[in-house]
Amino acid sequence: MSETEIFDKVKKIVTDQLGVESGKVVPEANFANDLGADSLDTVELVMALEEEFDIEIPDEAAEEIATVQSAVDYISNKVAASA
Amino acid sequence: MTNSVNMRVVVTGLGAITPIGNTLADYWDGLMSGRNGVAPITLFDASRHDCRFAAEIKGFDPHAYLDRKDAKRMDRFAQLAVAASKQALEDAQFTINDLNAEQVGVLIGTGIGGLKVLEEQQEVNLTKGPDRCSPFMIPMMIANMAAGLTAIHTGAKGPNSCSVTACAAGSNAIGDAFRWIQLGYAQAMICGGTEAAVTPLSVAGFAACRALSFRNDDPAHASRPFDKDRDGFVLGEGSGILLLEEMEHALARGAKIYAEIVGYGVTCDAFHMTGQLPGGVQAARAMQLAMKDGGLTAEQISYVNAHGTSTPVNDPNETAAIKTSLGDHAYKIAVSSTKSMTGHLLGGSGGIEGVATVLAIARDRVPPTINFVEADPECDLDYVPNESRALKVEVALSNSFGFGGHNVTLAFRKFVK
Repeated sequence: MSETEIFDKVKKIVTDQLGVESGKVVPEANFANDLGADSLDTVELVMALEEEFDIEIPDEAAEEIATVQSAVDYISNKVAASA
Repeated sequence: MTNSVNMRVVVTGLGAITPIGNTLADYWDGLMSGRNGVAPITLFDASRHDCRFAAEIKGFDPHAYLDRKDAKRMDRFAQLAVAASKQALEDAQFTINDLNAEQVGVLIGTGIGGLKVLEEQQEVNLTKGPDRCSPFMIPMMIANMAAGLTAIHTGAKGPNSCSVTACAAGSNAIGDAFRWIQLGYAQAMICGGTEAAVTPLSVAGFAACRALSFRNDDPAHASRPFDKDRDGFVLGEGSGILLLEEMEHALARGAKIYAEIVGYGVTCDAFHMTGQLPGGVQAARAMQLAMKDGGLTAEQISYVNAHGTSTPVNDPNETAAIKTSLGDHAYKIAVSSTKSMTGHLLGGSGGIEGVATVLAIARDRVPPTINFVEADPECDLDYVPNESRALKVEVALSNSFGFGGHNVTLAFRKFVK
């Protein structure tokens, strides 16, 4: 899966979960500060990403994922490692 | 219960999302025209259920009241309550701001809470595993969240709570809110009831209790309170909200006043989990306590909005309670069950029936009991059969009774300063 494909999937999930306009879901967007995610949203978002990409995201890793790009990077690494 | 408190409390705003109308105007139009809210269930596949019909809300769009994200993190019972509360505030032209926020409270009852999300998440738990359950499940399902979310979405920072007394929950909420204003806890209260329990598990459970009508071949005639051929209640959903205000506060801001709330009576059967005490003895006492609380005599009562569930047990029991509490005057008043049109909203029923009772006073018209074909011999009062009626309504009572033996009566009267 290319990084662009991963980004597009992440963008769709973030748009759905957080109820934000898709135009706001840019690589540098911060989930909490720019997209209005609270602690519960973050848990739900991580679960949705785990399900979509069939990966496990441990809590310690989830805490480091602050922006859309950092989510894409983390998922790209995981997907590449499991391929 | 005493009359030692002096604050008078009036109704200045109403909101209603019901199976027969999603606005106050539409609800009233439905009540007056005898609109029937009962139809086959569309919210889920009920083909395996013994009861396959209900009184669902039609065409409710939560996004008219809430943005997408907020709507998504609320169970339907809370969406309905927040929407009806916003309607009531707008109707009252009441603005909550930094100056008054701490004087405005919320008390919204529900019989069940967020059953829909609970059922969906239990499915996730069983099929995908516990670590796939939503972080929103608990905050969405807990019964107090309609009151909590109403505060979040209106800014009301005063006393906030939730009554969970089954089918009496909405009336308990209104009565308790009335007391809180009388006692000076708040100057205004957003109060009433909400329910959204037309779900697979709920219908299965109420059917197992043998509480529901099973008239699947003719759902439109299933809710027929006081009629000889009634066979159970029809599950409904929705929310009815009243804005109560301390009288001087309402007068000072030039608010329109629908009616005054003057009495609240609460008793318990202490008898059976789902059954009612024969003869409606404690229900009668709730009615008497509400009248005493309001300094009312039986002869002043013009109308009773009955609990009138259409179950074999409730309707003759309630009829007996009305006769016990009002004596011969019971035969001179109008009694109707709006559940004939709306179905039974459980904890929401006290809310929408409170709204109906207040409007009957404000507009001097009483809603009918539809589907009334042939009276049960034990039900021999004037139930306003099938057609609404012009009637000077000075004082009206609203009854709600719930599983657990809860009996609640509210008394409203025409407002005279």
